[in-house]
Amino acid sequence: MIKWYMITLVGGDKPGIVAKVTTALYQAGCNLGETTMLRLGGNFTIMLMASFIGAEETLERVIEPVAEELQLRCHVDYIEGKLHDHVEPNVRITIFGSDKAGIVASVTSSLADAGLNISQLDSDVAGSEESPIYIMNIEGVAENGIDSLEQALESISAEGVEINIEPIDTFIG
Amino acid sequence: MAIIKVIKYPDDRLKVVSIPVKRIDQNILSFIKDLENTMRAEPGGIGIAAPQVGNTIRVVIIDVSSKPNIKHNGRLVLINPEIEKWDGYAVGREGCMSVPDYTGNVIRAEKINLSAMDETGQVRSYEMVGYEARVAQHEIDHLDGLLFLDRLVSRRNDLFRRKVYQPSSTDNR
Ligand SMILES: [Zn+2]
Repeated sequence: MIKWYMITLVGGDKPGIVAKVTTALYQAGCNLGETTMLRLGGNFTIMLMASFIGAEETLERVIEPVAEELQLRCHVDYIEGKLHDHVEPNVRITIFGSDKAGIVASVTSSLADAGLNISQLDSDVAGSEESPIYIMNIEGVAENGIDSLEQALESISAEGVEINIEPIDTFIG
Repeated sequence: MAIIKVIKYPDDRLKVVSIPVKRIDQNILSFIKDLENTMRAEPGGIGIAAPQVGNTIRVVIIDVSSKPNIKHNGRLVLINPEIEKWDGYAVGREGCMSVPDYTGNVIRAEKINLSAMDETGQVRSYEMVGYEARVAQHEIDHLDGLLFLDRLVSRRNDLFRRKVYQPSSTDNR
């Protein structure tokens, strides 16, 4: 039976990581599902769904030699997940300002209380070493509407953080 | 009253440049009726292009009037539409009946002026903004063999970062 696994790989960035990892999986008979692969702070991070007929240990034996060669830490988990299970976000929130400790925690706590289910979040630090800027980009489903998110973030906004909340008006055409 | 089957990517007919309508006759009018029924049969159907049902002629129907609080021109049958002016741009999220189970961010003009024949053969001009303008651009793209997949922008970083192109040794994945 086909089973889905989540494979996580993290390590220093170097050329050819994606090609080598995906080739090894393909040659072992895996199919890829949803994935994210990106560079974070000089590291390369991979999270991928792979379907595979065999057991978790067998898949580990497929991926471990490649991970070792590329000096990546590797983790394989059986998951209950499946494809075609997308959640359509209805709100995008972008936040930026001077880098402040705790900003992600306070923003996401307020948003969670106001009914936001985050489907995607990425954040980055830009600017310079002396005056870093924090930038965060969130997409999610506002269960209680956008107004309640705006109210929730009002106090944070008053602290000099720029916050934009806009609906995502997805159309199917 | 018929509903026509919507063709799905990778059907080749979605990649064709459709041909202009030369004469509005009974055949075309009855096709337009079926095309509109097909659009309205889709949940949330607000736009459709003739090639999406395998008929590669330059006909588009849009009707965004069900969406509250937006500017729109009502129900429109656009025959041989030409966009004559583009203004501004905005990132919006789109999906497509011909590409099920995927939505993505696309940059479109915020405001357009277009001319098209209506069902009586009269050439009319329209000004469209926001949501309606995005839908019209998506549908008219279909007439030129383009899908929103051809215009996807990255979900990450598309809002803040100016792209800085620097060749780098780790760029060759
Ligand atoms: Zn479409």
